[in-house]
Amino acid sequence: MIRVVLTGNLRRLVGGAREIEIEAGTIGQLFRALGARYPGIGPHLEQGVAVAIDGEIFQDALLEPIPPGAEVHLMPQIGGG
Amino acid sequence: MASDKEFKWIGTRPPRPDGVDKVTGRAKFGADLYVPGMLIGKVLRSPHPHAVIKSIDTAKAEALPGVKAVLTRADFEDRESELVPAGEMMVNYRDIVRNVMAREKALYEGHAVAAVAAISNAIAKKALRLIEVDYEPLPHVIDAVAAMQPGAPILHEDLITDGVDPVPTEPSNVAKRVEFALGDVEAGFAAADVVIEREFDTQPVHQAYIEPHACVASVAEDGQAELWVTTQGHYVVRAHCARLLGMDISKIRVTASEIGGGFGGKTVVYLEPVALGLSRKAGRPVKMVMTRDEVFRASGPTSGAHMKIKIGATKDGKITAGEAELIYQAGAFPGSPVQPGAMCAFAPYDLENVKAVGWDVVTNRSKVAAYRAPGAPISEYAVECVIDELAKRLGIDPIDLRLTNAAKEGTRAAYGPKFGPIGLVESLEQAKAHPHYQAALGPNQGRGVASGFWFNIGGETCASLIVNEDGTTVLTVGTPDIGGSRASLCMMAAEELGIDVDQVRPIIADTASLGYTFLTGGSRTTFSSGMAAIDAARDVVQQLCERAAKIWEIPADAVEWEDGYARPAGANAGNFEPMSLAEIAAMAGKTGGPIVGHAQINAQGAGPSFGTHLVDVEVDRETGRVTVLRYTVLQDAGKAIHPSYVEGQFQGGAVQGIGWALNEEYIYGADGKLENAGFLDYRIPVASDVPMIDTVIVEVPNPRHPYGVRGIGETPIIPPMAAIANAIENALGIRFSELPMSPPKVLKAIGEMAAAAE
Amino acid sequence: MAKNHVTTTINGDAVEFLCEPEDTLLDVLRDELHLTGSKEGCSSGDCGACSVLLDGRLVCACLVLGVELTGHEVETIEAMAHGEVLHPLQSKFIEHAALQCGVCTPGILVAAKALLDKNPDPSETEVRYWLAGNLCRCTGYDKIVRAVLDAAADMRGS
Repeated sequence: MIRVVLTGNLRRLVGGAREIEIEAGTIGQLFRALGARYPGIGPHLEQGVAVAIDGEIFQDALLEPIPPGAEVHLMPQIGGG
Repeated sequence: MASDKEFKWIGTRPPRPDGVDKVTGRAKFGADLYVPGMLIGKVLRSPHPHAVIKSIDTAKAEALPGVKAVLTRADFEDRESELVPAGEMMVNYRDIVRNVMAREKALYEGHAVAAVAAISNAIAKKALRLIEVDYEPLPHVIDAVAAMQPGAPILHEDLITDGVDPVPTEPSNVAKRVEFALGDVEAGFAAADVVIEREFDTQPVHQAYIEPHACVASVAEDGQAELWVTTQGHYVVRAHCARLLGMDISKIRVTASEIGGGFGGKTVVYLEPVALGLSRKAGRPVKMVMTRDEVFRASGPTSGAHMKIKIGATKDGKITAGEAELIYQAGAFPGSPVQPGAMCAFAPYDLENVKAVGWDVVTNRSKVAAYRAPGAPISEYAVECVIDELAKRLGIDPIDLRLTNAAKEGTRAAYGPKFGPIGLVESLEQAKAHPHYQAALGPNQGRGVASGFWFNIGGETCASLIVNEDGTTVLTVGTPDIGGSRASLCMMAAEELGIDVDQVRPIIADTASLGYTFLTGGSRTTFSSGMAAIDAARDVVQQLCERAAKIWEIPADAVEWEDGYARPAGANAGNFEPMSLAEIAAMAGKTGGPIVGHAQINAQGAGPSFGTHLVDVEVDRETGRVTVLRYTVLQDAGKAIHPSYVEGQFQGGAVQGIGWALNEEYIYGADGKLENAGFLDYRIPVASDVPMIDTVIVEVPNPRHPYGVRGIGETPIIPPMAAIANAIENALGIRFSELPMSPPKVLKAIGEMAAAAE
Repeated sequence: MAKNHVTTTINGDAVEFLCEPEDTLLDVLRDELHLTGSKEGCSSGDCGACSVLLDGRLVCACLVLGVELTGHEVETIEAMAHGEVLHPLQSKFIEHAALQCGVCTPGILVAAKALLDKNPDPSETEVRYWLAGNLCRCTGYDKIVRAVLDAAADMRGS
């Protein structure tokens, strides 16, 4: 089980919850599990979400493992100039 | 770890490998390519800020002798509204195709409406005048707050605000609402002894790279295309052009020229799909170069904004709550950087209660593009001004107030995760201890401080390291070099190989010669291409050891690499003379083949960079001119590979910030047209406007990079505006809440203060 | 629409070209003669990226017409080095990392040379005001000014 914290705009797609508990071993599995539980969130996850695992930010890293008990944050993807 | 190692090259200042080409004028930038049979392409642009395009008649232009192709919206396939990955980013191609060539409406003055390719500049210009466009002008709106009001002219009839409940039934100019929050700000404000609330206004400012957009496109009859372009990301350009022209990605080969500045403004496409389309139609190469007027009118500045900031603190200086409402104007299509602006606004502070709300609003102006830490300079400017006001109100030194609340390793950011190791406290402490902070000030002089934060990114990156027969090497990377990164990348490869840095020659590959590499931006190049270069070099080292092992007929793990030599890894391995890289390379062909290392990664673990700036100003009460007397940048680089280029980023970003603070702004008439589309009236800092910019490189290593590197290029533009506003307040006792703080505005405020005193 | 035939001297060489009446010296240098070291940043004389010497005097090539060149001499960035030997300004710019993207560099070097030809011992303020007509967006001017002052010292033999 991992703890997933969502930022403001994503919370609306999970019924307002700020935190969710869900089973997932990698970022890709997390996206699939969230998409299965909350129809409607799928496209937003595809649209550019960064994932912080215990503070470290990952972007486009579907295969990145999520250790059990990790604190995971979903946040908008970051660009730059 | 990086801090324990004794480096041979890292931290030194060798000459950059492309230096001679740049100082002799030999280096080829976007407009420096001339090919046989080349046509000149030019764009017809809307004179109206908002208009329906009822019809476009190109017959006369097409008939003009010397005109070989004409392009309009009819030549681009429409795109559905859909966010798709293009390279690494999410883009809405429906908006991009319309920005490249207007479809139903012209949405800003300068919007591209048609294009021609002709045998000369003169004929191309004449052809543009022969194109007849039937416009129906519409009311326009250029101010974001005005664009949000009911009754404002609507730019997109299908734009429904995202991020609000209930979902609106009517279109508006508000594309999106975003929110980042922790804790309970109301409770936080209730617990405060002092609450300060301020509103701020900023104007769009342009990246103002000295080199205009330019490209040469050549499409053959079988659809194979070549594109030469000045860009921060040629793989991204390839992706956009392939999509817009309906081509397989492998059919377009894009070569990045040297680039004369980007700062985020050259991460998008403007001329390129048009040049390819013209070339495809004409069957000849087409060169297109923007004039400076076009650069200002039709390429993206960054947003202007209207902001409300509220911060509460207890008497001892502990901030109990921070709240921001940010309205950013996106220009003609959605996509202002209000989201990162909201995420970064309070990032330097450890806050239990924080809330940042952002609004992305479209207006009849050119579509904004990224500009050095997009969104963050704007929001952090406003917050850093209020922090300063808070410090004044509480009677606390502004650096001490920041230290009391500073984000540290383990602090939770407003956007969610906790920080790893970061250097904000170090930059603040070193600022306080710096002689600049103690220097005496004279009349009408003041000192200001501000801090800044940017995330930095990694991303897809490839590198290839070829060992030549004589032991010299070629390092091939995919990130265009906008600031001297070639030098640092060669140093990292040389460090790993244990050879002289001038034995590593850098090449920036075209898109057909190296795997996908995301653009140069996001302060990612030294970090990501560096990581890939190191990995490629370690791959080479492994192959060299294996090759030596085969030559010596011992097991591969019995060979180690040290200082450019393969040697037996211990007495048991055997008594062999060490072999240099050159010696192994000379035998490579006969012992298995060439030695080439490569890496293809999606670099993760980019560490954020925090910085603190100190500035002293003097205000001339008769002219309103603010002179920057002294400037010091203190910023965390993790590990400075080539300190001269780290210093250069600090200095360049600071001076852009000085321009943003004191003079730069887009000025529009009531007719919705840009009035200062040139370097005379859009005045960026010149050499006589600024003093030497002193720099202090703080090094809190990033544990995720082999040498501890953090990106540093963007953070330096964030603190200057607030630092200067705070310095002016210190000098005059007047707090400005509008940018730029240009002489007419300063004079007016001085006059008002004098009048009020009477 | 007949083009003008112009004979002039560029970087010490006798040169002939055809140009339209409205073509600038910058257009001629780049488009006709392929001397692309001089850059076009604005075409309005505001950025200095096209700085060249016209009879030894510093000008923006975008503000000189091609047809004006008969009987005059032009010196561009391409003539600053002599064979393999860089001008001290060029060497110092590399040494001090006084360039990042490098597009303003040719114009700044020509302008700096014009300064040192006139005033071999300028102060920092004199260097800054002399170079005020050359825009740089990357460096913030710090290392540029240091490089010019260091080159000046070098050339004075100090």
